[in-house]
Amino acid sequence: MAQSKEAKRSFKEWMNDMKADTQFANDRKRWMANTKKFILGLFKLIIIIGICYVILGPVIGMISKSFFSNADNYNPMVYLIPQNPTLERYQLSMKYLNYWQTMTSSLLYALTLMIIQVFICSMVGYGFARYKFPLKNVLFAMVVVMIVIPTHTIMLPLYMTFAKFDVLGAISLFTGNTINLLGTPVPMYILTAFGCGLRSGLYIYIFNQFFRGLPKEIEEAAFVDGAGTWYTYFRIMLVNALPSIVTVAIFSMVWQYNDTFYAKLFVISDDIVISKKISTIEASISNVERILDPAILEIYLDAGIVLVMIPVVLIYVIFQKQFIEGAERSGIVG
Amino acid sequence: MKKKRKLSLMTKRSITGYLFIMPWLIGFIWFYARSLFMSVQFSLSELTVNPGGGYTLDFKWFENYLYAFRVHPSFKQVLTSSLGNMLIDVPLIIFFSLFMALLLNKKFKGRTLVRAIFFLPVILNSGAIQAAMDLARNMMSGGISSASAEMAEAASSGVSVDYYIQMFSALGLPHEAIEYVSGAVSRISDIINASGVQIVIFIAALQSIPGSMYEVAKIEGATAYETFWKVTFPMVMPHIITNVVYTVIDSFADSEVVDLAYKTAFTYNNYGLSSVFSLVSTVVTCLVLVLVCGFIQKRTFYYN
Repeated sequence: MAQSKEAKRSFKEWMNDMKADTQFANDRKRWMANTKKFILGLFKLIIIIGICYVILGPVIGMISKSFFSNADNYNPMVYLIPQNPTLERYQLSMKYLNYWQTMTSSLLYALTLMIIQVFICSMVGYGFARYKFPLKNVLFAMVVVMIVIPTHTIMLPLYMTFAKFDVLGAISLFTGNTINLLGTPVPMYILTAFGCGLRSGLYIYIFNQFFRGLPKEIEEAAFVDGAGTWYTYFRIMLVNALPSIVTVAIFSMVWQYNDTFYAKLFVISDDIVISKKISTIEASISNVERILDPAILEIYLDAGIVLVMIPVVLIYVIFQKQFIEGAERSGIVG
Repeated sequence: MKKKRKLSLMTKRSITGYLFIMPWLIGFIWFYARSLFMSVQFSLSELTVNPGGGYTLDFKWFENYLYAFRVHPSFKQVLTSSLGNMLIDVPLIIFFSLFMALLLNKKFKGRTLVRAIFFLPVILNSGAIQAAMDLARNMMSGGISSASAEMAEAASSGVSVDYYIQMFSALGLPHEAIEYVSGAVSRISDIINASGVQIVIFIAALQSIPGSMYEVAKIEGATAYETFWKVTFPMVMPHIITNVVYTVIDSFADSEVVDLAYKTAFTYNNYGLSSVFSLVSTVVTCLVLVLVCGFIQKRTFYYN
């Protein structure tokens, strides 16, 4: 008790001495600042590593599992690192996914839709952000309504629309019949081109918020310099919007690639949508290869998912650089 | 004369505005508005699918609605619980993602990698892959999956959550607050997985803030804390609305109400009742969004 009191006093004295000491004031300050920085950095590092683990945990488990041989899978002592690693899972999954062909068409499909999506949604977002017209607020509320309404609500009517597709009776007038567009990716292209594709409402919203945040002086300057509306939009505003374009492009690409809901609804072929094909891989392998243990089939599924994931992760890492560059460029302009 | 010319410019501008939004407007009327109308029609009638394709509608007024609210055993309960979960999750996700965006916005080694990792849940968040992932999680025996690892660790090291909860309630903290925080901690992996998009939106917002503002703040002698509240936060404000909207919708899209509607339509083939569930829950979500966004919008600052 007495000892601690003494220690306290001496500590106080020591602090007072330190404060009174002006000779090393600068050193002391620098030392304090560095310690603060170090502790904060450590704290940050711990948080980031912890959260990364929570996210990566199941993925790491899946990847390591995909190299397991049968013996490893039945051996309870094997954890994360397989004793007899095998590539057989990947070979078989690739074969049943028809990997390269399906992947190419799947990526092409997602890419086309992404380009349409960015083009249309940026235009609509810009229109809402910069022009005043009657009923604007009502129409923008409709955009929000479009975001809010789950696609399940309008699933059945959409299905019926595309099963008997017609443009105001024009097609049935010429050919005498309506067209059945189900089974092809055309419904998706049509929906996206008219700004009603997969989460188009959200992209319109993002672009709208972004253009509202840009200073109006840019357009005023362009107008004074004699640029027309469309020239201003395509050559000036779109360039300024690069960060949000990259953001929307990544979202659109990834979600389109992953989407199974629309693919199922419009009965789009498995050969175009790889994420739809992955859900049938277990069944087809067990039927053809006569593998009946669900635990082993699980490994094939893991391998297939890793295969499906790879291109999206790659695309994201590549876009990531552009993302940062675009953001920095806009920082200079704005 | 002068007045007339001004008017014509206004009309010109509004016509250009309509041209910009034209593709969406057509699509909205053609696909969304029409489909919505049809959904309402379905909810007011009994739908029978004909064997040769097509369907017939039996107009029944509000019978489906009355059934949903008076007779259906679980609809009301599911609706309120989904709504409650949404209201709890949204602030947590927004603050977590803003915090993480602030962390990731500073330059450090391996930032690209960390960002890519944070975006992973968004990439993996799709029907087929998610279902397979859940299966994989359940099947994994070693317990590498986050949830079971947490449980195993807590059990082995003797950390008792109950002990801490009791300690805090003994300290006199309000019971609701403790429950909220402990609930948030136990759902940390859900929250992390749900906030990938929000983090990216916030990072984009943070990077679009002109650096000169920070320079000015520094020259004026603002501390980091003041700089955050006076510069960063107002500039990020418009994106908070975006993120709130996104989070509410995302948590709603995964909620039990949608599941219930889906099941009612495809397991029990009751399209009318399913439409009622979807429509009622959509209206409720819209109301929540309007209230919350109205509240935030009043306090939002737009740069121009």
